[in-house]
Amino acid sequence: MAVPILKQGPILIATIQTALTDTDVLQLRDDVMAQVTRHRSRGIIVDVTALDVMDSFVSRSLQGIARMTRLRGAETVIVGIQPEVAFAMVQLGMSFEDVLTALDLEEGLALLQRPRKETPDGAG
Amino acid sequence: MPAEHESVIPIESDADVVTARQRARELAGELELTSTDQTLLATAISEVARNITTYAVRGEVLLSVVRDSDGRRGIQVIARDDGPGIEDVERAMQDGYTSGAGLGLGLPGARRLVDHFSIETAPGQGTKVTLVMWSRTPPRPDMRAA
Repeated sequence: MAVPILKQGPILIATIQTALTDTDVLQLRDDVMAQVTRHRSRGIIVDVTALDVMDSFVSRSLQGIARMTRLRGAETVIVGIQPEVAFAMVQLGMSFEDVLTALDLEEGLALLQRPRKETPDGAG
Repeated sequence: MPAEHESVIPIESDADVVTARQRARELAGELELTSTDQTLLATAISEVARNITTYAVRGEVLLSVVRDSDGRRGIQVIARDDGPGIEDVERAMQDGYTSGAGLGLGLPGARRLVDHFSIETAPGQGTKVTLVMWSRTPPRPDMRAA
């Protein structure tokens, strides 16, 4: 099941709507990278509100998206991690330390639209 | 632990991994496991079932309802395959160790997510992982008698 990706100005919004297989997750990664390149996007939001499980594969793949897009100059924010899912991720050992997260879509947009800090080592 | 209500999910593709954890969640809901415990169990199943598709190609997940001596109910998950087995189980149970492309969080992570975790494996003998998540609801007296 493909994840729809919506373009809103310089930001891409990928909204996961159902449980994803590993194949779907890899497809999402490729689609996001292709669209970031095509639209010269500055930010990506991946909305995971609908995910009831984020295992090590999904977590690692989302982390991969965040790292890859950052190398393209775009920031990724993961929004909507459910409380139970967050608990399971911590138990599993996935801490998402270098990934931006926000409560929901609105907060994620606010995070991406804040002025960027002009530091030599970039966002970190 | 006598088992009842068995259901078998063949694991051959990544879609089967999703089916296995969704079935377990349904069963966990029937047993009134908390929402958090349902999520922890579903995540653990995802990890052990993925190990089947990654290392053994195919296998199966068995779900059953078990009871302890106090009548408390739980879900038992057995993930088994006839794959290559694991040579060094102790190492495979350490965070960050992997013989594949993953993060090495699968088995040790799954162990942290559930109430009971055990593994039986040997090179060439396949792998059998057993998980149990107990209901936090105290058993009713009539159930203890049953």
